[in-house]
Amino acid sequence: MNHARRYWVGGIAIVASVVVFLVPFAFIILMSMKDRKQASLRNFDLPVNWQLWDNLVAVVQTRDYMLVTAFINSTILTVASVTLLVIFGAMVGFVLQRRPSRWSGIANFFVLAGLIIPPAVVPTIWVLQGINLFKTMHGMILIEVAYGLSFSVLLFRAFIASVPRELDEAAIIDGAGPLRLFFSVILPLLRPVVITVIVVQSVAIFNDFTNPLYYLPGKENVTVQLTLYNFQSQFSTQFNLLFMNILLITIPPLLVYIFFNRQIVAGMTAGAVKG
Amino acid sequence: MSVAIEASAAPRPAPDNLRRVKSAYPTWFFLPAAIIYGVLFLFPTIASLFFSLTRWTLFEAQFIGLDNFAQFFREPFLVKGLVNTLIYGFVTSGLKVVLGTLLALLLTSDIIGRGYLRAVVFFPTLVSTIGVGITFTVMMHPTNGIINEAISLFGIKGPGWLTDPRFALLSVALVDVWKGVGLATLIYIAGIVSIPRDYFEASKIDGASAWQNFWEITLPLLKPATITVVTLSLIGGLRSFDLIWAMTRGGPGFTSDVIASVIYKQYQAGFYGLSTAGNVVLFVMVAIIIVPISVFLNRREVEE
Repeated sequence: MNHARRYWVGGIAIVASVVVFLVPFAFIILMSMKDRKQASLRNFDLPVNWQLWDNLVAVVQTRDYMLVTAFINSTILTVASVTLLVIFGAMVGFVLQRRPSRWSGIANFFVLAGLIIPPAVVPTIWVLQGINLFKTMHGMILIEVAYGLSFSVLLFRAFIASVPRELDEAAIIDGAGPLRLFFSVILPLLRPVVITVIVVQSVAIFNDFTNPLYYLPGKENVTVQLTLYNFQSQFSTQFNLLFMNILLITIPPLLVYIFFNRQIVAGMTAGAVKG
Repeated sequence: MSVAIEASAAPRPAPDNLRRVKSAYPTWFFLPAAIIYGVLFLFPTIASLFFSLTRWTLFEAQFIGLDNFAQFFREPFLVKGLVNTLIYGFVTSGLKVVLGTLLALLLTSDIIGRGYLRAVVFFPTLVSTIGVGITFTVMMHPTNGIINEAISLFGIKGPGWLTDPRFALLSVALVDVWKGVGLATLIYIAGIVSIPRDYFEASKIDGASAWQNFWEITLPLLKPATITVVTLSLIGGLRSFDLIWAMTRGGPGFTSDVIASVIYKQYQAGFYGLSTAGNVVLFVMVAIIIVPISVFLNRREVEE
């Protein structure tokens, strides 16, 4: 491509990207800093009274600090389910890759089924009630693990294929049992893929709206995505606070994106260029 | 070092040793995952096949045969949900394929600001769907929204994006594409980068044009990426709930309802049997559309 074209094609693309992709985000930020009256006009203009801090305090205090509760709940949910997803997913991926047996065909089928089948909502609630986990954080964590396992297993299995078997054999000859072998030898070597799974799954679980809506109702169980949903009607005349809320729950994914860009890209494109 | 020496000094694996090697990968490693998956995903899915045939209160289930399914194909608002699900799934996935390919070609060519462009196209994928939905709902307001205000600068009267029954579903689909096209682009970029440069050099010697390069080399070699994008976006699109719920709640009326929102509405109304039947219908629909694509993908892998 010649020199001039390099600039004008890039220039047009940049202008288009500002209009299409940056304006909505700028709109969120501007709205979150306006006062109530100006925000109700829903215009794309600079705030007359800059109220960033006032709006922030107002949103945090709404309904007895519901947003604080929500951030705590979402953090517990995300950390706990991602931890379990990493350990259990890696265990399955490890055995599945290392020892093909009559179980692996079945396991592979279930991995695929887990990616495709939409979860049966009401029967799941019925099962959760039966084991006393409905409306509990424990139940919600296990649900996220159940729904996220397939994707984790896929990533781990693909990566473990690149870990040489000789390492296993050396550890076994040195007398390591299966648990020692897995936790002290294999798991530390999986660092890159572990980070990928952590990043991709935590963004997905933090942003999950549908599953907490069904399986974790109740004011004290609220997660960040549901605060938005709850405030949507309450703030119907207070757009500044609604958008401040959107801004606040967008910050964690933004931080993750800035620090783990490479791992996200690796995880999301896994398997795409195979074949 | 000592490991290597011991390993080479050890006799060739005797039958006893072989069994030890085998047991280093115990089947019980499947167990924790299998229990969680089995109890909370597999069992409810199987149970849904039964409960979809009942009138169900969560405490007692009365068998009513295929009535729930008959209702799904008879009641106009439920039929509308089925049709809308297909429209939504295919429109979003088609647009993601086309726009994703074009954006990936643009973002792998030699232009200024490539890193910035890639980042900005991909970022919406990571943002809260509900947040995006609310933001666009405000921006798409027929009279006060900034989109129609911008259009009116050109003297055109913008449509009621979410209030006009003809456009509501498609408007939501467009927002879905806005949010999801970054992932498709990323997958296509990975595909394009993996094409060996030699092919293009060879075709250059043969005097091929850029247009021919695209049709004869790039596009055929992007087939695996396309299959991935189509599969992922169809699975996501057919099951889509949160964006539609945040933007229209299935309205106006039930003109933008999809199966997933019908499932939620019937659940809220207490029609658990009907809601579960919706789940089964969605499951069958996704399977009928996805399994052939997926089988095709696996066959390719085995051949190579």
